[in-house]
Amino acid sequence: MSVIKTTLNPRSADFKANAEAMEKLIADLREKISEIKLGGGERHRDRHIKRGKLLPRDRIRRLLDQGSPFLELSQLAGYDLYEDDGVVAAGGVITGIGRISGIECMIVANDPTVKGGSYYPITVKKHLRAQEIAEENNLPCVYLVESGGANLPRQEDVFPDKGHFGRIFYNQANMSAKGIPQISVVHGSCTAGGAYVPAMSDESIIVRNQGTIFLGGPPLVKAATGEIVTAEDLGGADIHCRTSGVTDYYAQNDGHALAQARKIVGTLNRVKNPNISMREPVDPLYDLSSINGVIPTDSKKPFDVREIIARVVDGSEFDEFKALYGTTLVCGFAHLYGYPVGIVANNGILFSESAQKGAHFVELCSQRGIPLIFLQNITGFMVGSKYEAGGIAKDGAKMVMAVACAKVPRLTMIVGGSYGAGNYSMCGRGYSPRFLWMWPNARISVMGGEQAAGVMSTITRDVKESKGEEWSAEEEEAYKQPIRDRYEREGHPYYASSRLWDDGIIDPADSRMVLGLGLSASLNAPIEPTPFGIFRM
Amino acid sequence: MHFEKILIANRGEIACRVMQTAKRLGIGTVAVYSDADAGSLHVQMADEAYHIGGSAAKDSYLNFAAVIEAVKKSGAQAVHPGYGFLSENADFVAACEKSGVVFIGPPVSAMQSMGSKSAAKAIMEKAKVPLVPGYHGDNQDAAFLAEEAEKIGYPVLLKASAGGGGKGMRIVEKVEDFNDSLAAAMRESMAGFGDDHMLVEKYLTRPRHVELQVFADSQGNALHLFERDCSVQRRHQKVIEEAPAPGMTHELRRKMGDAAVAAAKAIGYVGAGTVEFLLDEDGSFYFMEMNTRLQVEHPVTEMITGQDLVEWQIKVAAGEELPCGQEDLSINGHSFEARLYAEDPQNDFLPATGLLRHLRPPAESPHVRVETGVLQGDEVSIYYDPMIAKLVVWDVDRDSALRRLRSALADYQVVGMTTNIDFLAAVAGHPAFAAVDLDTRFIDRHKNDLIPESQPASDRTLALACLEVLLQRREEARIVAGRSNDPFSPWNVTSGWRMNDDNHQEITFIDGEDEIEVTAHYRGEGYLIELSGGDMMVRGEKDANGDLLADLGGTRIKATVARHGDDMTIMCQGVSHKLTVYDAAAHAGEDEAPSGSLTAPMPGKVVDVHVKPGDKVSKGDPLLVLEAMKMEHTISAPTDGVIAEINYGAGEQVVDGAELLSLETE
Repeated sequence: MSVIKTTLNPRSADFKANAEAMEKLIADLREKISEIKLGGGERHRDRHIKRGKLLPRDRIRRLLDQGSPFLELSQLAGYDLYEDDGVVAAGGVITGIGRISGIECMIVANDPTVKGGSYYPITVKKHLRAQEIAEENNLPCVYLVESGGANLPRQEDVFPDKGHFGRIFYNQANMSAKGIPQISVVHGSCTAGGAYVPAMSDESIIVRNQGTIFLGGPPLVKAATGEIVTAEDLGGADIHCRTSGVTDYYAQNDGHALAQARKIVGTLNRVKNPNISMREPVDPLYDLSSINGVIPTDSKKPFDVREIIARVVDGSEFDEFKALYGTTLVCGFAHLYGYPVGIVANNGILFSESAQKGAHFVELCSQRGIPLIFLQNITGFMVGSKYEAGGIAKDGAKMVMAVACAKVPRLTMIVGGSYGAGNYSMCGRGYSPRFLWMWPNARISVMGGEQAAGVMSTITRDVKESKGEEWSAEEEEAYKQPIRDRYEREGHPYYASSRLWDDGIIDPADSRMVLGLGLSASLNAPIEPTPFGIFRM
Repeated sequence: MHFEKILIANRGEIACRVMQTAKRLGIGTVAVYSDADAGSLHVQMADEAYHIGGSAAKDSYLNFAAVIEAVKKSGAQAVHPGYGFLSENADFVAACEKSGVVFIGPPVSAMQSMGSKSAAKAIMEKAKVPLVPGYHGDNQDAAFLAEEAEKIGYPVLLKASAGGGGKGMRIVEKVEDFNDSLAAAMRESMAGFGDDHMLVEKYLTRPRHVELQVFADSQGNALHLFERDCSVQRRHQKVIEEAPAPGMTHELRRKMGDAAVAAAKAIGYVGAGTVEFLLDEDGSFYFMEMNTRLQVEHPVTEMITGQDLVEWQIKVAAGEELPCGQEDLSINGHSFEARLYAEDPQNDFLPATGLLRHLRPPAESPHVRVETGVLQGDEVSIYYDPMIAKLVVWDVDRDSALRRLRSALADYQVVGMTTNIDFLAAVAGHPAFAAVDLDTRFIDRHKNDLIPESQPASDRTLALACLEVLLQRREEARIVAGRSNDPFSPWNVTSGWRMNDDNHQEITFIDGEDEIEVTAHYRGEGYLIELSGGDMMVRGEKDANGDLLADLGGTRIKATVARHGDDMTIMCQGVSHKLTVYDAAAHAGEDEAPSGSLTAPMPGKVVDVHVKPGDKVSKGDPLLVLEAMKMEHTISAPTDGVIAEINYGAGEQVVDGAELLSLETE
């Protein structure tokens, strides 16, 4: 295979400036994440620990194999989302993939220190996204349950719709039907709808004097029937293990319950058997952290996406497909942790040729069962009469068709801009990639803030001029600036990640690891053959 | 006469020791063994071996009918008794004579003369060998003996007439303690020797224990091979012996040597014997006893004289003259012997049992000699003396030899049970020992220096333990990955990778009573470990022997980590520390031990139960007496309470950890 030769000079002023800018973004990200990792604040944590309980992140650590990586999802979920409710750290639920007894599992852990573990709309969305990942990638689910249930003041955005609370149990049922194990550990209360998480699981564990499961809690029972009963007597471990049979295993404490969960996963009799040719992996030739110097500080300046590929793939080896044709899209074959991958990466605006090349390449990978990695940095398709006349819409559609239908695992990483139809053809969120991550410098919106302001001011000016009204340059600028500001705010990765438009913002130097973990996890599901739709010719 | 084949009526290191010389002399070797010893080293070493009975010594090594039977079956012409067991049993010697087999040791008469301490003293008195004042008579009435004690003046020493090795022996400091001590000494003597005849002696306050190695042949020649100083003792058990005795003058050596040879001659002695004296500070010395056998500590004499005492024994038993005369013998250099025991110095030297999971003695050389009868994987059982080995060193002078001893002790690795190695090292390293400030109470006096409180694990130990665990996790993950269908997956890494956070993994150790959690961060080349003394960068690998070659913050050191399940013993530069890796997942939910239970600290036999169910007891009250390793251990009440249940009665055998009785606290 051919090796990508870097043209970056780490001693150059540009490189240093780029790296410095990126490091600032990473530092800010890490600071935000470190706060989020503290959950619901010191007071709530202390109270939780004083009750002899483990914090959710410690529960996860105990659950995982020692030293196992934890591919946490959407850490910024709920960040700055609910203005009147303060921070809903990590969306109130920690989700991610980790190894338990040698098996890659999806872990969904309520954080009771965050608003009592109650389900905000974003909590539901994050929980469902974790289940979606589990279902697509055939990952057993372990739910560490301790939640007060739906957030009542926000019930309209939590309860009734298709993608709301009830979907959690629908997913559990259907995953169980597909043979994807569903395991619950009841660490705390599971009230009302929450009671169905353990009840819908294949196997459930409950911690004595801690876990409770009931459809109606003591206050509701008292109001409804006048019966006075303690939570433990109503739905504690003894009731559910000895009398009701709602739970299967009785745990002395959190640690015991997690040990039991590990044993259950150890008995699942699952064999991961990636149907893919593998080879011994080699590290990239270049220092992973030098990836920070790739992206120019000025987003208008182009950069060669091969510099990123060289810092992600095995041995920086990359066999490029149609290197001389449609050069604004870089396609080629490489290996990531020994797995073969096809890479589709933007190196400029999409033209008809590049779209056709992309469609061709995606077809190749789909037929051969080679997973695809999309590195997005796309402002969109070329516009103008020449290109419209050349049929760019149908060429773009070819690529969108290929990408949408491809059944091989597709992983998307947004390393720069993600705008317009470029987002679609490069496997944006709407195209259900198995995973989608953003770099901290990335931006996502239907178009750039400047373009949006330009388009909208042009329309406004046309309307004004047809009415014979004057519109000064100052007035126009005053009109455009809020649009720019809004696009900048809403296109920011924190904004995107807070709303779960992605699966997380990552440190660029972790790109290789994150893509590797995600790809490997995706290989738990067999690679299906791809039937394509009609390609418009 | 020449022996073609000899039988060694013993086990362990001394059986191996005797066989070595026999093999060198071209004499066939016959071993005997009990059930427990079927796979022992001495059985493996012998040309042939005979099973002689059950594990308990009385069923095998003390069962001389079975031994004589083995002699007959094997056709051995002579029996070497080693030390202990039948070595000083006149009836056995008589039985040998009756069967026409040579006993490699003194004649019955000489043995009988010395077998009873009181009779021995009477003979010595006649031969003008100086004696410690005391009562050695037959009147065993407790009140009479107490009177005698009063006459001699406290402190006095009570000794089993038939005893040896510290069993059936008690120091009595004051008159009030006399009766209890007498009863205990008599009970031990009866259990150990089948006889409870006691004698009473003056107890010297700062004596040294100096003994003379004597040898006599059947032609009437007798000589001595100089002295050994065995002052470092605990409970009359020798701990470290040396030859020659430091500070010994030519004049005193001659006087003591003459007395020792006179003692041997007085009883018509033949073979190897040891005359033990107490040497007072003023240079006066008193006869204590004569041991009519080869001593445990004989190697130090061999090291300084260049003679093989077992060879001498065999030759003399075959009727030959002594190989040389007194004037042919001289002292060359200095030698120490340290006795390695499976015992717990921090718990009153309670004998320990267990499997020798890891055993690595120092390399043998002209300077270092290791006498042992066990191999890695052997069991130190409850049935016999818990000695693991004798470490013998030699050098040109005492200081050099002492350095050798210290370094050899530091290199000695034993894992699987508590040992006295650290204690021996503390003795060998004590300034008073180096300065020859010695007497038989050396250990009592320096107890606090020699048996320090257990120290928490040092940062170095923790760093090594972490490295061991991390390398193991990595290796296990590598093996699991290699066996899987997905060998290259990044999920196989054990770095504890975290999204947008420093990777980390936690390792929890149990160090005595404490739980220590250490956080380690993977750093490409190695691991950054957070320790109380600051962060340390560690890396390393295992060498071909399984030793850990570690780089701890730039310092390269070699360590041995012996693992057994979650237990690990980290040995590095003479420091040995035991830690348990705590796997929370494996232990979660374990019920705590029910409170108020009283368990056997070791396997043994219940000899006495002081209480019955329903009795009210106070903290510290004796509840039950357990005899184990021929010593009595009293189980006392840990708190005030009422006896709920008694699970074992007197005479019953109990296993280690057995719940003896239960106590209800109010």
